[in-house]
Amino acid sequence: MPNIQFNQIVKQYGAVTVLENLNLSVNEGEFLVLLGPSGCGKTTLLNMLAGLLEVTAGQITIGERDVTELDPKDRGLAMVFQSYALYPTKTVRGNLKFGLVAQKLPKDEVERRIDWVSKLLRIEQLLDRKPSQLSGGQRQRVAIGRALVKKVGVFLFDEPLSNLDAKLRTEMRLEIKKLHHELKQTVVYVTHDQIEAMTMATRIAIMDRGVIQQIGSPDEVYEHPANIFVAKFIGSPPMNVLETSVKVSGNTINALHEPTGTNIDLSDYPFMSRPEDGMRASVGLRPENFVTGSGNGSRPAAVFNLPLLYSEKTGSDATAFMTSNDELLAARIDPGLVNKLTLGAPLTLSFPREKLNVFDARTGLRM
Amino acid sequence: MTDMTANSITAPVTAAKVYPRRKRKIRGSTIAIYAFLIICALFFAVPLYVIIVTSFKTMIQITEGEIFSLPRDWTFEPWYKAWNTLCTGAECNGIKSGFFNSLQILVPSIILSLAISSVTGYALALWNVKWANAFLFILFMCAFVPFQIIMIPLIILMSKSGFYGTYLAVAVVHTILHLPLLTLIFRNFYKDIPQELMSAAMMDSGSFLRVFAEIILPMSGNIMVVVLILVITSVWNDYLVGLTFAGFSSQPMTLILANSVITSRGEVIYNVDMAAALLTAIPPLVVYFGLGRFFVQGITAGAIKG
Repeated sequence: MPNIQFNQIVKQYGAVTVLENLNLSVNEGEFLVLLGPSGCGKTTLLNMLAGLLEVTAGQITIGERDVTELDPKDRGLAMVFQSYALYPTKTVRGNLKFGLVAQKLPKDEVERRIDWVSKLLRIEQLLDRKPSQLSGGQRQRVAIGRALVKKVGVFLFDEPLSNLDAKLRTEMRLEIKKLHHELKQTVVYVTHDQIEAMTMATRIAIMDRGVIQQIGSPDEVYEHPANIFVAKFIGSPPMNVLETSVKVSGNTINALHEPTGTNIDLSDYPFMSRPEDGMRASVGLRPENFVTGSGNGSRPAAVFNLPLLYSEKTGSDATAFMTSNDELLAARIDPGLVNKLTLGAPLTLSFPREKLNVFDARTGLRM
Repeated sequence: MTDMTANSITAPVTAAKVYPRRKRKIRGSTIAIYAFLIICALFFAVPLYVIIVTSFKTMIQITEGEIFSLPRDWTFEPWYKAWNTLCTGAECNGIKSGFFNSLQILVPSIILSLAISSVTGYALALWNVKWANAFLFILFMCAFVPFQIIMIPLIILMSKSGFYGTYLAVAVVHTILHLPLLTLIFRNFYKDIPQELMSAAMMDSGSFLRVFAEIILPMSGNIMVVVLILVITSVWNDYLVGLTFAGFSSQPMTLILANSVITSRGEVIYNVDMAAALLTAIPPLVVYFGLGRFFVQGITAGAIKG
């Protein structure tokens, strides 16, 4: 199972540069998710790896081979598409077979592989049906089967679950994860859905406007976002980012959030670069890290006492939204507490100091 | 329990309120539309009626001059004569030789024009062809060039290459004349095939002809029928290409019909001429009635996406 390298990739459409000097390496057996908002270049990157788009400059290698100029079929890849892209006039068997026959495999090998994959994905009963006679989930299975049956080392997924309903999506998510676990192939998976990324990836590459903002394990990008974009993009509800001004005096560092008049104690924050007095900093607070009450004795970094604007309850979860001077602050609270709250009444929440994320407001980078 | 039964009884009663059907009013605009449609229908139907009844009349009745009257004695002799003994110039072999000539022109015309235009349309729509848009524009322009302008150069070309006067010559000219329009039709049809489907085919096979034959061609049934009907009707009904390229031995049915009808010697045998005209017109009609259902499907295929 090969690793994949993107070296200095440039992609231009006419005068528009979509990707500039992008470098990325995908390790053997890794499940790499390219995550980003639409238009960030993630699908472009995937299509260039597949050979469906040409690179303007740069080099792509798979294993030891330079595949930059190779045809899609010669790159040793298989791909699952968003719309499944099953051949509508062929049966499921025909769909699975087409790629194998093109490789000029012997007949019994073709049969053996179709057998194997249809058992693996539980589509044996569907082999003689046309795609139009299948449900969405079944089509998805066949599309994955068509990729698996080629027994290549690298699988590409282009938002494969976005056409499924919520329940089926959860099932297929698990199934793909299980398949990767069993077969250990290298997977590059494109999605804009952070839940998919967080649940399936071994590493996530978060892209925005053609630039990879951060690569890391799901925990890393969640706990230590490299910049404000990543911080806001990952997590639902998104991280609260407060614009503050920093006051440094000796060993105590404080950040004052003017709209709420709240002081946030950054003294124990592991700064990578020491902040200067008077600089602007964006302090990120994940909604789920808030603790109700003023946190007596635990030395919280900040205590907020703000009126409740509204609250949302979704079964196991509840989120309270507080407001002050047009600033909206989301905090996850105990669902049992929601019914006791009154709208407009102040709610006291504290934030623990070890959960802080601090970014330079000017550059957006983590401090 | 009593509540429920009470409810279940009262519910249908309230629901069964009868809404009287709105009376349909016949409005002036409806009458005008019907009148217009009827006139249009008559415009085509009356001459057809005259041709049909005339072809079953005896010459004696025809000379009476009442063209709208039904045949007194139904006779199939004109049809037999038209098929077997109709005279064109010196030969009296009927229109049947023309029928087989037309067939021998039609079949290669269909094969050539469908094969070339579908593959070209597929390439232009789904593959990265350099200068594809410029090529399309030229094709589009070509569709508007009248045949008469290129007729003489084509005749010279054909006679120089020794094809002149053969079935193949006529078929090739038909193919050339049809290519611009048919290629555009195929290209527009294939343009609607989802990009991801082509991507999948590229990753699976990547072979130009294999993808066409196994994936694209089976999807083009409807458009094939549309194009087939277009080609059959226009090739079968053609007169000018046959006249200028067929020479003497490979004249299509239309030409033989014209030669015998526009005769200047002897009496005009109306009933035989009418039967010959009908015989010539029947094949495209049969094709249209047989495939018409698919024709409409093919035309509207792009309108609704499944």
